[in-house]
Amino acid sequence: MADEKKYAAYICTGCGIGDRLDPSQMETIATREGKMQSCKQHEMLCSKEGVKMIQDDIDNEGVNHIMIAACSRRAKVEAFHFPTVAMTRANLREGVIWVRPEGDEHQETTQEMADDYIRMACAELRFITPPQPSGQQDLNKHILVVGGGVSGMSAALEAAAAGYPVTIVEKSGQLGGHAAQLHKRVPYRAPYDAPMETGIDALIKSVEENSDIEVLLNSSVAKTSGAPGRFEVEIATESGSSKTESFGAIIQASGFKPYDANQLPEFAYGKTPDVVTNLELEKLAKEAGDGPIKRPSDGKEVKSVAFIQCAGQRSDKEGHLPYCSGFCCTTSIKQALYFKDQNPGCDTTVLFTDLRTPGAPGEDFYRAGQKKEVTFTKGAVSEVTAGGDSLTVKFKDLILDEDTEMTCDLVVLATGQVPNSGPDPYAGMGETEEDLEATAEAEAAAAAGEAAPVEVSVESILNLDYRQGTDLPQLKWGFTDSHFICFPYETRRTGIYAIGPVRRPMDIQQARDDAAGGAMKAIQAAVHAAEGQAVHPRSGDLSFPTFRKEGCTQCKRCTVECPFGAINEDEEGYPVYNESRCRRCGTCMGACPVRVISFENYSVDSVGQQLKNVDIPDEFDEKPRILVLACENDAYPALDQAGMSGVEINPWARVIPVRCLGSVSLSWITDSLNSGFDGIVLMGCRKDDDYQCHFVKGSAMAHERMSKVGDTLESLNLEPERVAVYEVAITDIERAPKLINDMADTVEKVGMSPFKF
Amino acid sequence: MSDLNTAMIEKYRNSFLHEVEANVEEGEWVKMCMQCGVCSGSCPLGNAWEHPPQEIFMMIRAGKRDDVLSSDAMWMCTSCYNCIARCPRGLPITHIMHGLAHYAKRLGLAPKNQPTAKFAQLFWDNLMKKGRVNELKLGLSLYFMNGFGEGIKTALKMKNIGLGMLKTKRMSPAEAFGGHGVKDISGLHKMIKKAQELEDARIGQSAK
Amino acid sequence: MAKHEYSFYPGCSSQKGASSSNYLTSVETMCEELDIQLNHIPDWNCCSASIGYAGGGELPRLALSARNIALSEEHNAGQEIVATCAACWLATRETSERLAEDESLMAEANQALAEAGLKLKNETPIKHMVEVLIEDIGYDTIGEKVKKPLEGIKIAGYVGCQTNRPFGIHGESFENPQYLDKLVETLGADPVKNYDKKVQCCGGALAFSEPDKSQEMIKGIIEAAYDGGADMIVTPCPVCQMNVEVYQDHINEKFGTKFKMPVVYYSTLMSVAFGRSAKDAALDGQVIPAKKLEEIAK
Repeated sequence: MADEKKYAAYICTGCGIGDRLDPSQMETIATREGKMQSCKQHEMLCSKEGVKMIQDDIDNEGVNHIMIAACSRRAKVEAFHFPTVAMTRANLREGVIWVRPEGDEHQETTQEMADDYIRMACAELRFITPPQPSGQQDLNKHILVVGGGVSGMSAALEAAAAGYPVTIVEKSGQLGGHAAQLHKRVPYRAPYDAPMETGIDALIKSVEENSDIEVLLNSSVAKTSGAPGRFEVEIATESGSSKTESFGAIIQASGFKPYDANQLPEFAYGKTPDVVTNLELEKLAKEAGDGPIKRPSDGKEVKSVAFIQCAGQRSDKEGHLPYCSGFCCTTSIKQALYFKDQNPGCDTTVLFTDLRTPGAPGEDFYRAGQKKEVTFTKGAVSEVTAGGDSLTVKFKDLILDEDTEMTCDLVVLATGQVPNSGPDPYAGMGETEEDLEATAEAEAAAAAGEAAPVEVSVESILNLDYRQGTDLPQLKWGFTDSHFICFPYETRRTGIYAIGPVRRPMDIQQARDDAAGGAMKAIQAAVHAAEGQAVHPRSGDLSFPTFRKEGCTQCKRCTVECPFGAINEDEEGYPVYNESRCRRCGTCMGACPVRVISFENYSVDSVGQQLKNVDIPDEFDEKPRILVLACENDAYPALDQAGMSGVEINPWARVIPVRCLGSVSLSWITDSLNSGFDGIVLMGCRKDDDYQCHFVKGSAMAHERMSKVGDTLESLNLEPERVAVYEVAITDIERAPKLINDMADTVEKVGMSPFKF
Repeated sequence: MSDLNTAMIEKYRNSFLHEVEANVEEGEWVKMCMQCGVCSGSCPLGNAWEHPPQEIFMMIRAGKRDDVLSSDAMWMCTSCYNCIARCPRGLPITHIMHGLAHYAKRLGLAPKNQPTAKFAQLFWDNLMKKGRVNELKLGLSLYFMNGFGEGIKTALKMKNIGLGMLKTKRMSPAEAFGGHGVKDISGLHKMIKKAQELEDARIGQSAK
Repeated sequence: MAKHEYSFYPGCSSQKGASSSNYLTSVETMCEELDIQLNHIPDWNCCSASIGYAGGGELPRLALSARNIALSEEHNAGQEIVATCAACWLATRETSERLAEDESLMAEANQALAEAGLKLKNETPIKHMVEVLIEDIGYDTIGEKVKKPLEGIKIAGYVGCQTNRPFGIHGESFENPQYLDKLVETLGADPVKNYDKKVQCCGGALAFSEPDKSQEMIKGIIEAAYDGGADMIVTPCPVCQMNVEVYQDHINEKFGTKFKMPVVYYSTLMSVAFGRSAKDAALDGQVIPAKKLEEIAK
């Protein structure tokens, strides 16, 4: 019974569908052409009665493949939730009647659109099966946290509080990280007007006292293998012993390294002990306790101090950090108040070019500093010199536009954070030809003396036993790659979450917030792995890729191009899929030159059959057909919204949502051209450093692959402008339809395809 | 230089900012400026200022006492309140400018022959006579503020305006003799004298 | 008894033979029509405007306005103070707010007032006449009183500075207040939309001391009104009215322009629209005659 496929179609006539379109004609198409064994109409299919009608057929009639012709697949997902069967949706509402004007003159083409969507949904349905979880792993609630600083400890406490036991692996001999060296912290509670106790001792204590948290000091991760739900991690201790434990998910909280101020000789660092970094000042403040802060050279009480902001930061000079570390302005205000609170007469000057005080306390704390008469001078410091009894700070006053100088007892350099990452698996090797070119360019630039790359640790943090490298991929400057806009804690290794300053520079409060988010993500990863479900953005998806071994040529394109390092290789070079590492984007499917990779409910056929079942009118009917392959994350919702806003879409368009543009198989392009489509529009997400691709590299891969589609067109003797690839954002509600309509204009110009049979 | 000026230099040797905070109207706000420059960009006469407000605030913090107090800048304020309306930090900039101008004048540091400084003093003197402003006398004294010859020239130049105002009864020669005034002028004078005494005492100087 | 009653602070320039005596005339006409009774604050004094600061320090200047409020509270108890002059309104309201938030200043002000036998309670709201019109009377009531709509006249609403900043009219923006335009519409005339010098400074008192700089700004104000197709400019401020009206000959001479733009008060417009005579509307007070209004008032 389970093997017997029983197809049923359901056509909704609500929301104006029944008024604008001919339901009986569509029913005929579904049953005659689409080979549906039954077809029912309902005036409001998403209503309780409509849903019950479908459920009854599933329960009593043995229906296991259903085609629903109603609204967009993005609408009414709760009503049309039938997890036990295979389902396709024909988008008649957002996709047809809402993007087409009413009126007799449009009726024929509008109906043709609807008819095609019925054909396509029926064809797709014949090539999918309901996905089943692989059962590769059970629920493993054990979470590994790498790093015992504020981020790591906070994440551990969050996870433990949720009932997920944690092991913290800390490289050093104690918990606390850099925060343990601080005298006080920037205020995190209203009224945000004075430095507060760090609370690190209490944090450490609550970690140590928590029976669900195991702390391993002087330890490191020697090897990580497996996948979410079944990570096998070998933990090595300094003494040489090691143990292997299994974990459901991993949080990397490896933090930052303070910038090496020895690269700032112009500020006399290293020449006099009275020039210190912000972290070194914390030590002086701690030593002073509540007494006056003494300067290192002679122990004299500091009566005047200058803070130099952006020291070795936000600069493209060699050895400097190109970015803003974000925490240093509020830190300098805090440190200035160390002096002011002890002695209001102490002259404290903060020399800044742009004062940036992010976060809730920022502006209030800045004001508090001003109220206590910390002097904020907009000036660019050129040099610090030591002489006699004091230091001289030369700077250009940027408001008064003059070169000037001040003297003081102590200079504090507001230096930044350098991420403590492992080696970037893709550094220097490149994932695609495009990346290889980019790498070559970067090397050339470095050789020419421009923006030297920031030096990062090359020691591995995770020692991943992955085909794609030992550590988390990075975006730039050594920070781990994450989808900054939508999914900040995600990395490109599923089930491993980067939090804290290894992800981006941040302060204690931000790190704690990050930790809570990362812990939640890790828990979700462990639970989803146990269920065989994907995590974001196809959260809950049970399908995962498999391949037909007899067709595989062991070319390794899938293993190399998987943005998430989900695929290993066996000894013979065949891919080994790790279901729970997979995000289900289908980039491997798009990469496979021999089309052997497929998902239960998404494959070369499930899409290929849709486009082959579009009715292509005779050349002399002058009704072109345009295939639109739209990313389901941004482009397809943008088109849905266009429908909601009443933006028109050309009636020649036939839109097929794809999981990611990276999943697009070149065969779909050649097949559609061969079957007589006149134009093809591909819509993916933004793909550069500020990418919006939900699968990080999918869109970039697709653009790279499609750059070669010109050869295909040429071999078919077709005009290259018949295929267009675009980056589309979810907000492109006007633009996305326009791109389709532009293609209709192009087709009108270059003429109909000669391949209509 | 006035004695008061010398006394103030002595008292606030180290911090002009403190001097401004203690003695200038709304001066305690100066340290709260965040140097965004919206005030300077919003000032209708911004181009005419030797140092726009943003710079004045910076100069106060940098201790440039003489440069600030002897500047012509604050006297360019038209009191349009654009800076106040737009300052993201809510600083009462117009008042601070008036306050600095007044303080400079009090210390005898305001630039000599600054037309607005002169006019503003004339205005005050005029209103102090009768408790209400006598526009005719104010106008005449304005014409002659730079001496008799200049005054005749200015008066000639302004003749048409004067005629227009006379014709429409918006100026009256009768105002030259007596004119409007407050009945309880002695009470008003006593009140102002007291107010001045209190203010002088606050600034650390006994009444003259 | 009148429907609305206020304690009125007319200000120096409104006095007989002074530069905005025409303002007062038209305000009185307007108030008659709207059933507003204005009770003058007895023996009021100059507020020192915003130019008294050279001679007068903070406290003496605050004392001047404090005296007016104290007199009002003594003689016109319970009545809100209303001023027609922008500077009068601003100085008085500013004093009231400053003294309300600074106890020591308040104590000193009362010390000074005591010399004149007065005491300030500082419990009186200070309004501009425009607030009375918009908030207490309302556009609808004003519209009902219109007997001769000002049809076919295009008017640029020049709000200026001190009626607009720092207090402004409740609900209006500093950058693009709409009330003059709404008022112009209510009276049946046609407002210049997007009059881009609506809140431009005319130079204020610096028109006297820095005539060149001020006249350049005034030129812009008039030019923009011409650009918008205006027949005249309307303003709520006596300094704006005077500065923009009376220097047009000088500006023409200096810049080669041919300005002859009438500048009237809102109260002039309203008096005419309410069907009153040219004299009641103080049209005889225009240095540059507002001919289109004269025709209607005939």
